[in-house]
Amino acid sequence: MADVSVDKKALIEGERPLFKASYGKLMMWFFLVSDAFTFSALLIAYGALRVSSVSEGLAWAKPEEVFTHFPLLYEFFHKDSPLVFVGLMTFILILSSVTMVLAVEAGHRKSKKEVAKWVRFTIIGGVAFLSCQAYEWYHFILGTTDGAYLVDARSFDGINVPGLDELSYVVMEPVGGEEGHGTPTALKLKDGSSITNPDYVKGILKRSSHWHSGVYAIPFKEAAKLNIPGLTRTQSVVVYPVFDNTGEAVGVRLNNGYPINDKKKVDAMIKTAATTDGGANLMANEYGPPAFADLFFFVTGFHGTHVASGVVLLIILLLNVNKGTYEKRGHYEMTEKVGLYWHFVDLVWVFVFTFFYLV
Amino acid sequence: MATTTGDGGAETRKAIYRTALILTALTVLEFIIAFTKHTYAGILGINESTAQTLVVITFVILTIFKAFYIVAEFMHLKHEIRKLALTILVPFIFIVWLLIGMILEGGYWGSQDAKSSMNNQTYPSEEVFVG
Repeated sequence: MADVSVDKKALIEGERPLFKASYGKLMMWFFLVSDAFTFSALLIAYGALRVSSVSEGLAWAKPEEVFTHFPLLYEFFHKDSPLVFVGLMTFILILSSVTMVLAVEAGHRKSKKEVAKWVRFTIIGGVAFLSCQAYEWYHFILGTTDGAYLVDARSFDGINVPGLDELSYVVMEPVGGEEGHGTPTALKLKDGSSITNPDYVKGILKRSSHWHSGVYAIPFKEAAKLNIPGLTRTQSVVVYPVFDNTGEAVGVRLNNGYPINDKKKVDAMIKTAATTDGGANLMANEYGPPAFADLFFFVTGFHGTHVASGVVLLIILLLNVNKGTYEKRGHYEMTEKVGLYWHFVDLVWVFVFTFFYLV
Repeated sequence: MATTTGDGGAETRKAIYRTALILTALTVLEFIIAFTKHTYAGILGINESTAQTLVVITFVILTIFKAFYIVAEFMHLKHEIRKLALTILVPFIFIVWLLIGMILEGGYWGSQDAKSSMNNQTYPSEEVFVG
């Protein structure tokens, strides 16, 4: 027994490797298949919740109205550039995939210098993508930083706005609860009356968006469903200021894009309006049903986590390449394994891009 | 899979750049559609929702094309042996099944909710508010 030498390599990889692929690459493939199942489940959940919201009569968020910020263009010129930034992100990720596959190709030629070069470019691409995502999340969470107004619905008397009912909210101020957070014990309506029944309060809060200025807003349609006496008497409509090229406010626009440019009417409207910041969190968002922001955070966040771990793997790879680990080993197979993972991250983004930003 | 050909991998690199070009072109096409999609109903003389459905189908087809190029070329699956490719791809039948099932069910939940609200009832999923 003692002199039977064990060939470790044969133990792990077999005499003939399964599918002619090495053990490491095979396991990476199986991991990616399981990961693909996770992402598929998340995206299918997105589809199911979206379809159910729409057939229930709720408006789903329109991506071209949500993702409109482009660095510098937005900050300095107040310019909306729908989907342009996400296009840049897509391009960065495709490019980093190309540099990755070039690193793999250089690995086949055992060219240490070239592998290091392309892996470095890939790391830069990954970090750039993550930075873009941070910018996008920042604006998604903050929302309309130019501010929005909660205007009394009665100030729309005499202005013919199509589908105003769809756009109006019942706005309530929280009473009780801790300052800024905690569950309020009662809700104060704009006409001064309050809703104090704890069951009613609970039911309303469940369907309301919590705006950053502290007020709760429930869509009129939702409020009507709850059948709570007095709840739908007072309504508000959310309007956003519209700026011209010089940054001067020239009018307002409704949630559905309908513009109101009559300066006198706009001034009268805004005088009595409450201002708010809008934005998004896990409980509520200004773009669509709560599920929209929840899924956005979870799916793009999960993908971002994958990119971040990919960057860590790439850095380890680069250190080892520079140290000469793979030169000593005689092959650069590790580049292929990390490459498979990196391309998978790109692959997932292709789907996230289509379903979150295009459809 | 390592194929160090006599030309020092020039052929492989050419294939990489070609794939990159295809992926970029498909993405640009997607953007063109995204920015012009609201005009299609008028141009083709069909109603809004049919146009929207057509656009969605186009997006999904383009996405599958992109996915194919990434998996086949970048991840090299096209050049692995057939059995490996099948082992990896066949399980995704379950995803197609889940996709069809959940989207159909999603429409059902929503319409149930909408129906019950029209009858002025509380949501089926909601606890009843006792006054």
